[in-house]
Amino acid sequence: MTDWPLLSIVTFLPLAGALFILFIRDENPDVVARNSRNVALLTSVATFLVSLFVWVNFDPTTAAFQMVDQARWLPGLNISYHMGVDGISLFFVLLSTFLMPICILSAWEAVQHRVKEYMIAFLVLETMMVGMFCALDMVLFYIFFEGVLIPMFIIIGVWGGSRRVYAAFKLFLYTLLGSVLMLLAMLAMYFQAGTTDIPTLMAYNFPFQLQIWLWLAFFASFAVKIPMWPVHTWLPDAHVEAPTAGSVILAGVLLKMGGYGLLRFSVPMFPLATDMFVPLVYTLSVVAVIYTSLVALVQEDIKKLIAYSSVAHMGFVTIGIFTLNQQGIEGAIFQMLSHGIVSGALFLCVGVIYDRMHTREIARYGGLVTRMPKYAVIFLLFTMASVGLPGTSGFVGEFLVLLGAFQDSSWVAFFAASGLILGAAYMLYLYRRVVFGKMTREDLKSIVDLSPREVAMFAPLILLVFWMGIYPSSFLDLMHASVGNLIDKYELALSASGAAVAAR
Amino acid sequence: MYVAAIFLPLIGSILAGLFGRQLGDKGSQIVTTGLVGISAILSVFIFIDVALGGNPQTITLFRWFESGALEVSWALKFDTLTAVMLIVVNWVSFMVHIYSIGYMHHDPSISRFQSYLSLFTFAMLMLVTADNLVQMFFGWEGVGVASYLLIGFWYERKSANAAAMKAFIVNRVGDFGFALGIFGVFFLFDSVHFDTIFAAAPDYAQATVTFFGVEWHAMTIICLLLFIGAMGKSAQLGLHTWLPDAMEGPTPVSALIHAATMVTAGVFMVARLSPLFELSDTALIVVTLVGAFTAFFAATIGCVQNDIKRIIAFSTCSQLGYMFFAIGVSAYPAAIFHLMTHAFFKALLFLGAGSVIHAMSDEQDIRRMGGIGKHIKLTTAMMYIGSLALAGVPFFAGYYSKDMILEAAFASHTGVGYLAYWLGVAAAFLTAFYSWRLLILVFHGKPRADEKVMAHIHESPPVMTVPLLVLAVGAIFSGWVGYSAFVGEGFEAFWGPAIFILEGRTSMVEAHHIPGWAILLPTIMGISGIALAYVLYMLMPSIPGKLARTFAPTYEFLLNKWYFDELYDRIFVKPSFYLGRGLWKSGDGALIDGVGPDGVAAASRSIAKSISKLQSGYVYHYAFVMLIGVAAFVTWYMFNMG
Repeated sequence: MTDWPLLSIVTFLPLAGALFILFIRDENPDVVARNSRNVALLTSVATFLVSLFVWVNFDPTTAAFQMVDQARWLPGLNISYHMGVDGISLFFVLLSTFLMPICILSAWEAVQHRVKEYMIAFLVLETMMVGMFCALDMVLFYIFFEGVLIPMFIIIGVWGGSRRVYAAFKLFLYTLLGSVLMLLAMLAMYFQAGTTDIPTLMAYNFPFQLQIWLWLAFFASFAVKIPMWPVHTWLPDAHVEAPTAGSVILAGVLLKMGGYGLLRFSVPMFPLATDMFVPLVYTLSVVAVIYTSLVALVQEDIKKLIAYSSVAHMGFVTIGIFTLNQQGIEGAIFQMLSHGIVSGALFLCVGVIYDRMHTREIARYGGLVTRMPKYAVIFLLFTMASVGLPGTSGFVGEFLVLLGAFQDSSWVAFFAASGLILGAAYMLYLYRRVVFGKMTREDLKSIVDLSPREVAMFAPLILLVFWMGIYPSSFLDLMHASVGNLIDKYELALSASGAAVAAR
Repeated sequence: MYVAAIFLPLIGSILAGLFGRQLGDKGSQIVTTGLVGISAILSVFIFIDVALGGNPQTITLFRWFESGALEVSWALKFDTLTAVMLIVVNWVSFMVHIYSIGYMHHDPSISRFQSYLSLFTFAMLMLVTADNLVQMFFGWEGVGVASYLLIGFWYERKSANAAAMKAFIVNRVGDFGFALGIFGVFFLFDSVHFDTIFAAAPDYAQATVTFFGVEWHAMTIICLLLFIGAMGKSAQLGLHTWLPDAMEGPTPVSALIHAATMVTAGVFMVARLSPLFELSDTALIVVTLVGAFTAFFAATIGCVQNDIKRIIAFSTCSQLGYMFFAIGVSAYPAAIFHLMTHAFFKALLFLGAGSVIHAMSDEQDIRRMGGIGKHIKLTTAMMYIGSLALAGVPFFAGYYSKDMILEAAFASHTGVGYLAYWLGVAAAFLTAFYSWRLLILVFHGKPRADEKVMAHIHESPPVMTVPLLVLAVGAIFSGWVGYSAFVGEGFEAFWGPAIFILEGRTSMVEAHHIPGWAILLPTIMGISGIALAYVLYMLMPSIPGKLARTFAPTYEFLLNKWYFDELYDRIFVKPSFYLGRGLWKSGDGALIDGVGPDGVAAASRSIAKSISKLQSGYVYHYAFVMLIGVAAFVTWYMFNMG
């Protein structure tokens, strides 16, 4: 089935599912809800299975884009519908399709009103995410990149917590600022290069002055998405107010859009500017790691704590990308995948107890292990993965990033590695307050352990955390060619400009 | 056989952990103990083949990860050093597994306990069989987690949770150094594989690198970073604060993890990396100094503690100091020899202490014991054997290994070597003193416990005493048996390529040729320490109280463990929380949000309000605004044209 338009199928299958749900009608709202859930789950599982074929068909020996779909779209403007994956984007596609069924399972009982709309929003979101990672045309990319916001905005605004409007508006303000600048930069690139085709643009040499402005404009957008310090404050609020599944997608996939964008646009298209801004990114990232870890230490809300820890973990990612060596970049990609799984799972863990007690305040819990031993084990596992215990997925990414960073700057590695200590501190402190201790609160005494549905939801995540920790080669091996190619081109551009300067 | 010896404990752990309910308590105990027992027996065969037969080998399992020049595999390396560690780890672990069956029989979560013990054993085995730094780090952190889980085993106790967290986080500080050391090794060698590094190391003996903006002798900075890791795990001065608190865990855990095996991982690591450490004089000096001061410092604290387990914990800390300064003077074999004998007699002491605590209905304060020797004769005998070995009384295990270390320190004929010797001799005196203080206060004199407790005193069941007997055999004979092979003439043949000593560093050989007084002194000091304890606690029991009152500041200083905890709390823990809160409220809240989104929102709201005021409905207002607009456009146009 190699000649099938696999990527387009993966992208638009969820949309088809959403359309299908739209036509579900019945007198009884329960029936509508049940059917919507079933259709959404089936669609997302089917999408995941199809996306596995993308993995199977992927050829790890080449850095070129694979499984390319291309069609004329706006030929007058030289804009086309162009999809494809390489070793960098492949696993983000899989991450999106993998998390979606789990999200839908997690909302099975937690979401009781407007189920139909909820499921539609999530399936549309999936189309947008997958499309964004596959898009090889700048306009297409922009549409998907911004399109993701619409369902997310609705999910937070409709199914969110009590301060959902504030959170949604904050998210909107931040991302709006970034997006406008990115759009301007894209227009400038189009007028300069005459095309919106990403592979073509990667080969195009933008003049140095222009690169700086373009880099900054793209960076504004991606930095908000990642989020980097100091534009991270939308994330804790968005997470706190979002429903569980929204948080999972937000942490699992949406944050990765920024890191992916840096690898797809900033580094290959503006290598000279990238080289120039490395110290800036290092500084912001190191500040992010230490600052947000300290802030996480004093949080009183479980979700906020994990949200801040996400900012710290994404700090590792940006450091890794800008080491611009093989270990650093592969580590950054791996860290993004691992963080997608682990922080997604941690939000699910919070969701489990939130569904039972309807509070996220840490002080309201304590001693859960007595009543919920299964939950305690699973939560501990993901806590350990989050602090980067070797043998879990969290270790490989962090280790490679720090190793890569050390080759470039030992100070950066030094400060970033202090995040290992702080990370252990805030996560274990959280775990101790929620799970350990005596169960003193009356209302906790009747709390029930995980249901089979919840165990089924966690099982694939657990499996993946160990797989990625013990045999990460099955993921890393597919990245080598693309990442190597990215670095080669980057260094070629640098030495070419060096030669040009010397010739002057 | 080789692979099975490592992975059987993991299988046991998984079975007991996941299927504990189906297996039942008995089943879990049988499965975990049985599998570790098989590993223990296999490790004897491995020792015979590898160490005695001179047949080191490496078994590569599969690739772990690979990125650019970095290549890491899961592999098991067996050489003499590993084989010795396998014997120690597997046998002590086996004994502790058996002992726990008796010790924990009241506990509601037996299968969980056994599962953790086996998990720990597996991680420790991965650590000692690692053939590269990253896998060693895997075992290193793995034992850390197992230790965290076991210290916090009684999770309802607040103090246990705090101690578990503290152990993990303080160890992370050490791991931070270890990780940076690994990065440094990779920076220099482009590899993390032991054989590759060791082969290339001599070429880099004089290399320099610039880390942290300073130009360093490459080996020195790398070894110092790695040594920070060893200090954390082995509770050396500065990073020792977690070990006494770790005594919150069940006593078998203290015996296995916090005496015999995990805390010796640092010693093992430095010995394993001898080809690197040998190339840096500075690093070796630092190792010697840290070891020597820890040996002395911990012994001083041990003299005034009142919790039976904490006394032994500080003793462990002190003995680890001995091992480190042995390494510092290039007497690696002596360090590993002491590691082995110490594992036996210290595990014996801890399990004996457990037996005492068990008999005393969970009492741990030695001020509330006394006079129980005649009720639990076997345990008393075992504690005596352990203490005799610890104090270095002739012909017990500790005598051979501890004296060898002191002799090697003396024989190194360097300033720090002599310093270490004298601090070690002083510590030997203190060691004997606190050991007998403990023995006398616990077993002799008048009972100070209440009648109910005293009436309840009973000897432990055979399932607990048999492991004691086995370990006692080790505590008596392991020094005598091992001496000639481990550290005697021709020790090089035994260790083979596992340990590298730079040519010209002759402390191991010279140790056998030092003045007679230097050889006798440690023994004399040990015996006088015992004598002093007899005088103070047996003959004139009023004196210690008076001494404590007369020298109150010193006593307080020692009792409070040199105020390390208070110091760290003040300079690290409190500021972190303070800073975190400040950054959150004023950084994120006031500054970023205030100027950013909230500020923009507020500003746009106020601007909108002013604009809405303009919409007054009067035509002349609008006309006025239009005029201004026209004027502006015309001006702009004119300027551009002109």
